[in-house]
Amino acid sequence: MDRAALYNARSETMPRDELEQLQIERLQSTLNRVYRNVAFYRTAFDAHQVNLERLKQVSALRELPFTTREDLRKSYPYDMFAVPLHDIARIHSTSGTTGVPIVVGYTRNDLRAWTECTARLLVAAGVAPHDVVQIALNYSLFAGGFGIHQGAEQVGATVIPASLTTNLEKQIAIMRDFKATVLISTPSHGVNIVAGLEQMQIHPERLHLRLGLFGGERLSDSLRHQLEEQLRITSIDTYGLTEIMGPGVAGECQVRDGFHINEDHFIVEVIDPRTLEPVAVGEEGELVLTTITKEGFPLIRYRTGDITQLNPEPCPCGRTFVRMARITGRTDDQILFRGVGFFPSQVEEILAGVEGTSPYYQIILEQKGGIDTIEIRVEVSDKMPFLDEVKALEALRVEMAKRIKTALDVEAKVAFVEPRSLRQLAGGKGRVVDSRPR
Amino acid sequence: MLKILNLEAGYGPLRVLKGISLHVNPGEIVALIGANGAGKTTLLKTIAGILKARSGAIEFDKRQIDGKPPQKVVELGCSLVPEGRHVFSTLSVRENLILGAFARRHRDNGAVVTELEQVYKLFPILKERESQLAGTLSGGQQQMLAIGRALMSKPRLLMMDEPSLGVAPLIAKDIFQTVVRLKETGLTVLLVEQNARAALAVADRGYVIETGQVVLEGTARELCDNPEVQRAYLGKEYKTIDE
Repeated sequence: MDRAALYNARSETMPRDELEQLQIERLQSTLNRVYRNVAFYRTAFDAHQVNLERLKQVSALRELPFTTREDLRKSYPYDMFAVPLHDIARIHSTSGTTGVPIVVGYTRNDLRAWTECTARLLVAAGVAPHDVVQIALNYSLFAGGFGIHQGAEQVGATVIPASLTTNLEKQIAIMRDFKATVLISTPSHGVNIVAGLEQMQIHPERLHLRLGLFGGERLSDSLRHQLEEQLRITSIDTYGLTEIMGPGVAGECQVRDGFHINEDHFIVEVIDPRTLEPVAVGEEGELVLTTITKEGFPLIRYRTGDITQLNPEPCPCGRTFVRMARITGRTDDQILFRGVGFFPSQVEEILAGVEGTSPYYQIILEQKGGIDTIEIRVEVSDKMPFLDEVKALEALRVEMAKRIKTALDVEAKVAFVEPRSLRQLAGGKGRVVDSRPR
Repeated sequence: MLKILNLEAGYGPLRVLKGISLHVNPGEIVALIGANGAGKTTLLKTIAGILKARSGAIEFDKRQIDGKPPQKVVELGCSLVPEGRHVFSTLSVRENLILGAFARRHRDNGAVVTELEQVYKLFPILKERESQLAGTLSGGQQQMLAIGRALMSKPRLLMMDEPSLGVAPLIAKDIFQTVVRLKETGLTVLLVEQNARAALAVADRGYVIETGQVVLEGTARELCDNPEVQRAYLGKEYKTIDE
């Protein structure tokens, strides 16, 4: 394989000893800053009797407390910011419309670093200045669209901010007419496009696509092959999360054997989610990330909830950054569906909001023809006074689906099932059935 | 070229540096900014071997230099231009410069003469005042002399402590231009400067030091764009701060 293109060769192929020095410098300055500026960390470090002056190497990070999603929720909206709001140039947020969302602020320098990271991601994937990049991700509080957009412009590509339009025909017409060569979307949206092409009777060879960058949900091998075949593309998988930065945390190079983590911006650990101790290198565990360049929203030892493993072996592409494997699961019950992450408890809350009391329910996730589907089965309760009124029941069903769509941005099928048929699931086991391929 | 890890140093019971880590790549100008008493001068003195490190490591060109005496550090190619210049006022300009080559006294004398010529080329005024007593020079000229003296040891890393202090603004500008010219000749520079704006204008990267710890690291541009640096060190936005 040819030595692949690098956006920032100096950083991406930095010798490990140089990288280590850079990491400890940046880690120490980040810790000094969060201790001075973020009440949460000052309290947490003091409570754990952490003496930052004693933190002399990156591995000493394990002596520091974790940051959890719950911590971030409690700090809504701005309590985790390390700079005054005045210095924040942009705000993104996680969706969590029912739960409390996590609000993330970026300073001007943060935006620049983000641009750098997504530019690296795109170049690693093979995007070049002559490419026409169609970004079919939401441009909203959701960090995906904007994050990739900045990087694509930085790379010098021609960028089409198509966004995630519900009008598939329009998306496809843009792709065909504007001669897009690179598609950036969630895998499910990719599958939708495949279906749309069939419907519109457009042969994929009439498109100019050559490359697809996917993120936001699991890209299984089978789905990957399907997309590559049906869209005539090479596919590249990426990893990112809003709390840490958005897209740009990690991504595949053209070797496509793991995601390179931008280690000059993030320190990565993998821990056993039960003992909370680091696992041996190469073993599977929960991904924990520490930001070391962020000014606005620095996070120390953030538990992502994602299960993965690290591969420190040198990569043929020349990058010295460690690679993480594709996410194989979650430590909690978060459901990742078409780029949106949510919890069963959120669904429950919505259902309860419609019905008045918490109903018994089950969430069924499947993949049909490459498209992820979600069905929410709700047990008809004795409290529903109109058991026999089909119309009223139907109205209730529609209302539930509508609220789920509004709150979670998820198109779910809602179905009623017999009374007492789901009651045994109340303990939680079997409440979510995910038969999608991994 | 220079790599510092978890450096601690101080004076008597006073701990000034509380675990500083930083590095300087070959050919770079790296600026250290921070308020009075942050520990910038202490850091340079510790690198130069004038102060002893209490813990931590200083590596210069992959060689451990902490614990080495100052003259050894100079011999290895790391020279300091001290704050307040400290020229020998009762010696002539030429004598001051030649003293700068003291570390190389056992070597080729011809090389010292070549070096002298180079310094005179860099600062023609020193050539004009060659036989004048250093104490009679203006502040700016003394600063040039101090830089010239440091260059006489033919360093690869030049550490400068407040080169613009007590120097007329126009001369200060000259001095910073000289720093850039030195960089162009391949010299690596570690620059401590109260005038953060001027330092960041010539630097590639920088570190912000507060009470003996690094609180910010980045390219000069990143530091210039950091609102906190702007408020604290660049004197911007005074009027709009209402917090």
